[in-house]
Amino acid sequence: MYDIAVIGAGVIGSLIAREASRYNVSVVVIEKEADSALGATGANSGIVHAGFDAKPGSLKARFNVEGNRMMESVCRELGVSYKNNGSLVIGFDDEDRKVIEDLYDRGVKNGVERLEIVDSARLHELEPNVSDKATVALYAPTGGIVCPYGLAIAALGNAMDNGAELERCFEVKSITRKGDIYEISNGVKTIEAKYVVNAAGVFSDRIAAMVGDNSFKITPRKGEYMLCDKESGGIVSHTIFRTPSKMGKGILVSPTVDGNLLLGPTATDIDDKEDTSTTPEGLAVIANECLADVPGVPTRTVITSFAGLRSVDDKGDFIINSPAENFINCAGIESPGLTSAPAIAVYVTELLKDAGLSMTKKENFNPNRVSMHEFRDMTIEEKNQRIKEDPTYGKIICRCETISEGEIIRAIRENPGAVTVDGVKRRTRATMGRCGGGFCSPSIIGIIARELGMKYEEVTKFGGESVYNFGEVK
Amino acid sequence: MQTKDLVIIGGGPAGMSAAISAYNEGIKDILIIEREESLGGILKQCIHNGFGLHKFGEQLTGPEYAERYSDEVEKLGIPYITETMVVDVSEDRVVTAVNKKDGYFQIKAGAIVLAMGCRERSRGALNIPGHRPAGIYTAGTAQKFVNIMGYMPGKSVVILGSGDIGLIMARRMTLEGAKVKAVCELMPYSGGLTRNIVQCLEDFDIPLMLSHTITDIHGKDRVEGVTVCKVDENRKPIEETAQYIECDTILLSCGLIPENELSKSAGVVLDRVTSGAVVDETRQTSIPGIFACGNVLHVHDLVDFVSDEAEIAGKGAAEFIKGNTKIGETVEILPTDGVRYTVPQKVTRGEGASLYFRVADVYKNVTVALYKGEELLAKKKRPKVAPGEMERFEIKPEYLENTDKLTIKLERN
Repeated sequence: MYDIAVIGAGVIGSLIAREASRYNVSVVVIEKEADSALGATGANSGIVHAGFDAKPGSLKARFNVEGNRMMESVCRELGVSYKNNGSLVIGFDDEDRKVIEDLYDRGVKNGVERLEIVDSARLHELEPNVSDKATVALYAPTGGIVCPYGLAIAALGNAMDNGAELERCFEVKSITRKGDIYEISNGVKTIEAKYVVNAAGVFSDRIAAMVGDNSFKITPRKGEYMLCDKESGGIVSHTIFRTPSKMGKGILVSPTVDGNLLLGPTATDIDDKEDTSTTPEGLAVIANECLADVPGVPTRTVITSFAGLRSVDDKGDFIINSPAENFINCAGIESPGLTSAPAIAVYVTELLKDAGLSMTKKENFNPNRVSMHEFRDMTIEEKNQRIKEDPTYGKIICRCETISEGEIIRAIRENPGAVTVDGVKRRTRATMGRCGGGFCSPSIIGIIARELGMKYEEVTKFGGESVYNFGEVK
Repeated sequence: MQTKDLVIIGGGPAGMSAAISAYNEGIKDILIIEREESLGGILKQCIHNGFGLHKFGEQLTGPEYAERYSDEVEKLGIPYITETMVVDVSEDRVVTAVNKKDGYFQIKAGAIVLAMGCRERSRGALNIPGHRPAGIYTAGTAQKFVNIMGYMPGKSVVILGSGDIGLIMARRMTLEGAKVKAVCELMPYSGGLTRNIVQCLEDFDIPLMLSHTITDIHGKDRVEGVTVCKVDENRKPIEETAQYIECDTILLSCGLIPENELSKSAGVVLDRVTSGAVVDETRQTSIPGIFACGNVLHVHDLVDFVSDEAEIAGKGAAEFIKGNTKIGETVEILPTDGVRYTVPQKVTRGEGASLYFRVADVYKNVTVALYKGEELLAKKKRPKVAPGEMERFEIKPEYLENTDKLTIKLERN
């Protein structure tokens, strides 16, 4: 029996677990996949929004601005890549200018600091590669970029280091109220908890319905992306947004914290909550729009394309409420959900306290975690010292990203341990380079099998049936 | 910092051949740096035969071909280190590498031969739409699973691209009991060698679908099928021709890309067409003392030609170390009218060279012609040329007089 069960190990659930692990309560995170961050958290823009988009007075506005202010220190504690690179919303005509002026007003009302509307000259001074046709821009120096899955994994790992538990591959099928407790079942096994937090992303409407809350519906809104080689990462330094439409903030061109260039997302409402396929139409739209905004965008250096699903609710704002006793919804956390996550996590722990959970501070809570990229960022002398202590750090497995066996082993052993090749990828960047894992994935499979005592052919890409091999050759 | 006369980056066929060549030219202070556990490079996983026909006049398997060279390296006592990754090369020929034993270390080299090979174009680089399940591999990765690791990456397979590794893997997977349902090729012709089409597809009744591509990948966890479309003359899919092929595996054989990240870090000038270095007839790059050969320079069809090229580079590096490099003006060779690129791209005046080149399309009954301005210098008739088969043309020293560029082109007979 746990005090708190958090359903969903995305960035919201993981940060809530971490917040809760500051207190003397028992916490379990329940995840239907084999790893953290496999839903919207694993496939989004990685933008720390300044906070000028959301309607003043909304939860989105409040948590965006609060989350933006918290993000840098949270990332520093958790060793997550973050950069305050600033953002620009660019406009091409008078209509865009009007939208930009509205955004400016909203931003000021929301409490966004240092916003300014800049003219063409200043825009091109900030970003020489933006289209000459752009005449106006909203400049938000507080905008930033973060590694979204890195944040979720680190937050969950830190929660676990502080006592939280993780239950993977546990798809919640039913939630039953038995006296003062909830019984959460996957049909085979039951987990008991006094309090439940629903952070199930696109599935949060289904989880809410299990306790009788049918008040909202989540529609997955697909966003497709293309990621370019690191050689193209420098074409812009700020995050470049197009003037937004009602479907989203439009297609952006942004450097990532790892030095690649990210293009996207599209915005298409779909029915299937697991359809993260890319489409020829979507990829073509991205290429065309990005080229219009930043004509030099090198679309031929694309190293991968992917799609993620935003959890869009039918209320127009985040749904953070308590529809049943000791049950809290965190639903509809679409953009700016990532930015808002640290603030939402604090708010949810307050809601848990308000609901009567006794939460006393843990004396030995450790908020810090060593960056997964610790080795990469060392000096040569430090690296050599580490290799002397542990020679596996001297064996390069992923040649494109220069990732050593030691880093991969650490990703498997450290909370929440990677159990799949994609899990290793998201923690270390191995396979994330230009060869797409062609050279190193056979070796990484071997390391996972060895570390976890699995057979070679049992190792998967991301869990489920995603096996690489079907057994030995004849 | 330790010093070496010659550092060779890569212990595959190119690196080994360059080392032996330089050794035979009198350079003994050599170090071959290899990232894998043993010498041999990609040949280690190429267990099929057909290697060595030109070089040794017999059919060898990849490992046998590699062994000829690694035995020679051992016999001559040429030093090499394995499981060592070069992470940087500087313009002044400082090589930075890392391994378990020494950690990060640097070597100042008198000359460097770049012989890092190439990589395969990935699904991401091809930007194929659809789901991203397990079961999508480059042909070479599948080859490693089967031939090195000993595991079967698929039971029913569709191959995209008809490059040689894809053709070889069509046969290999079939022999291991998989069903290869089709090989789809975007172009109206195959990019592979004719002998491989015959021996790997036709002999096993595997259909080669020319002018076809994969337009969608199905399956959320593991591949469940592909949508295949015929393409028009602009290589755009024709939607009405879409057909679904059930399969659990997709192999990609859509081209090889020279791995020039280290060359770039040194500042070597690259050729936009080959994605390899621009070199002269000694295979010296734009940086004096840095040479390149093998698939890092341009992608070859046959390892025999890699060995030949590496011998040239090894000799060039030896001459450079001995201070014998001829410093002269170079004459640029401009490919045009159906000739995509040449290697070398420039030849020093007073020297001759064998020019290797590739054509842009399949052409029948053509003449390869070399011009100095309007003046025809030499020509060679060819009944058929194709992008998948590298061509050769001899440049004689006298062609290079009184000009700074020559043009090579195809003319219809």
